[in-house]
Amino acid sequence: MKVALFITCLGDVLFPEVGKATVAVLERLGHEVVFPRDQTCCGQMHTNTGYQHDAAGLVRHHVEVFERVLADGCEAVVAPSGSCVGSVRHQHAALARREGDEALAVRAEAVAARTFELSELLVDVLGVTDVGAAYPHRVTYHPTCHSLRLLGVGDRPLRLLRAVRGIDLVELPAADSCCGFGGTFSIKNADTSTAMLADKMSSVLATRAEVVTAGDASCLMHIGGGLSRLRTGVRPVHLAEILASTT
Amino acid sequence: MSTFLGMPGVPVRGPAADTAVGHLTGDRPFPAAARDSLADTQLRRNLAHATSTIRAKRAAVVTEVPDWEALRDAGSAIKADTMARLPELLEQLEANVVARGGTVHWARDAAEANRIVTDLVRATGADEVVKVKSMATQEIGLNEALEAVGVTAHETDLAELIVQLGHDRPSHILVPAIHRGRAEIREIFALEMPGVDPSLTDEPAVLAAAARTHLRQVFLRARVAVSGANFGVAETGTLTVVESEGNGRMCLTLPETLITVMGIEKVVPSWRDLEVFLQLLPRSSTGERMNPYTSTWTGVTPGDGPQEFHLVLLDNGRTRALADDLGRTALHCIRCSACLNVCPVYERTGGHAYGSTYPGPIGAILTPLLTGLTGGDDPNDSLPYASTLCGACYDVCPVKINIPEILVQLRAEHTEAHADRHRLPTAEAAAMKAVAWSMADPARFARAGRAAALARHGIRRGKPLLPLPPPLNGWTASRDAPRPSAESFRDWWARTRGPSS
Repeated sequence: MKVALFITCLGDVLFPEVGKATVAVLERLGHEVVFPRDQTCCGQMHTNTGYQHDAAGLVRHHVEVFERVLADGCEAVVAPSGSCVGSVRHQHAALARREGDEALAVRAEAVAARTFELSELLVDVLGVTDVGAAYPHRVTYHPTCHSLRLLGVGDRPLRLLRAVRGIDLVELPAADSCCGFGGTFSIKNADTSTAMLADKMSSVLATRAEVVTAGDASCLMHIGGGLSRLRTGVRPVHLAEILASTT
Repeated sequence: MSTFLGMPGVPVRGPAADTAVGHLTGDRPFPAAARDSLADTQLRRNLAHATSTIRAKRAAVVTEVPDWEALRDAGSAIKADTMARLPELLEQLEANVVARGGTVHWARDAAEANRIVTDLVRATGADEVVKVKSMATQEIGLNEALEAVGVTAHETDLAELIVQLGHDRPSHILVPAIHRGRAEIREIFALEMPGVDPSLTDEPAVLAAAARTHLRQVFLRARVAVSGANFGVAETGTLTVVESEGNGRMCLTLPETLITVMGIEKVVPSWRDLEVFLQLLPRSSTGERMNPYTSTWTGVTPGDGPQEFHLVLLDNGRTRALADDLGRTALHCIRCSACLNVCPVYERTGGHAYGSTYPGPIGAILTPLLTGLTGGDDPNDSLPYASTLCGACYDVCPVKINIPEILVQLRAEHTEAHADRHRLPTAEAAAMKAVAWSMADPARFARAGRAAALARHGIRRGKPLLPLPPPLNGWTASRDAPRPSAESFRDWWARTRGPSS
């Protein structure tokens, strides 16, 4: 299958390894990955911070870029982020409608219908749970809120992780509790965010895992930023990076 | 399926002191008020224990009901229909209450409602009233209004009594004293409850017995009661109160005069509709299959119960919310508080941080919808931001209010109201515009990415070499900063794969 990679702005600039890992997994499974170089950002930060007009331009751009590659032989768009896919699927069309652009809303719905978070693409579209990965580490999985509740990915990431050779997968207590990131919430309400982060870190440390993983680089940046500040030694590693690992 | 919403309207902006007063606005924005709660470790222990207990109870009883999701859909649809026909349903309710011997009063705002109730109480000559737990009377500040004319209001719900005796404010819709542990409650009773045995222990049964002894005397002498209402059935003019303790029923049956203050959104068309909510409410709120006491009354029944009945229909900002085509769904709320109990923000901060009678996720949307967003420095302008948009509230809401979506919409209304009122954009608005500008064009975005990569040299061991300005220092206070990669993904792709599509 020919798949277009939606790298996400955060993944592009801060976490390119996550994108490289996504490419590696898909290519190992025999799929072709294309990277539409005109892509920028889904606009979620603007939308969720109250700047819908600014976001609308980004939504239009995103729709134009990805409908072009979908018309050009790509069968799906994949992003290693539950949150950004959630924005594409649940915000883009609504935002276009609020801006009074019904035509854009319809186009956005068409792009959204073929846009998938990585675990959705692997399990639902490509029908695979064993991606041939090996990762001999003690790992705990945090189901990010937007993967869990906005997309409803369920246990797909866990099914992928359970099939990884050598992994010691341990359950995270109170896993479905938010880590406190919430985009600009983490700076507008930094104290409350930190209180939530503290509880999430306690849960992670209780598992005695070496690695905390998730399907969103943004939440991992938050959890990892806290774990690193406390010098815990626990590393944040994106789901895609574990699935790409073969050693 | 789309539902025609009947009365199309535009969002109403601007300050609303004329239409909504009472206990709907705190004295500080949420982040500042939250800081105090977060520093109180006893409070955080009490909240974590209480919310996790009730969360588990709710989850267990909800899974017992095979048609739970269908019930939620029905609840949501009935409320949407009700809001679309609100004027006619309220007039039907009024006509039926009057036909059964009650009197109906219409109150545009808190001041008007307080005036109506205080005048009614004074006309009876009573100098005290007993109260059924009620959010509407809390919202309008009725107790203070009664006190101002020399009438003592006795809260009879156990938790409300704890709050009242402690000279405190409620912090939860259903469990107003959720922030108090039993040792604190014993302390409050020993100090404040008239005639209490000062050697009482903090055993729950002992505390409940002390409250019972105290309240019995009040019930037996009270001549006037004030209540709220969970539902008002338009087709018969019947009012409903749902409770656990039976203290509400004492108030609703013993006194000669009953005055009920009901928000106009509490009307339901028929008894068949009521049946849906009487299933949704107890499981969502207390995590019980059925609440112990459901009282219903219709007007006045000669020789049985209060012989004088007044219904005060309260607007106080509700028609403002109704005019907002997305925000009006906040009026669907049946005050179960399931969203509070699952909210990770509420669990850490408690209810006082929200400043309003309505805390938690529902309060973060309902409060600014009732009072209006000013676009200035009104504390309620901070409420739509008091959420990570984690979505736990939407998952449990028995009438499926999409709280995250409304929060996002209110944030947009807030920034736009600010832009309308101020000539200069905030630093945040300017930054957002600059980022959007650079992201609107791939070449600009690639250049911005390379510029950001240079910032990596300004970060050592997770900390910036120079202190960051607010609000960015909010991140680095407790988390290490991520280091931008030396090479972006798009540059890596171009270098290793050549230009792509």
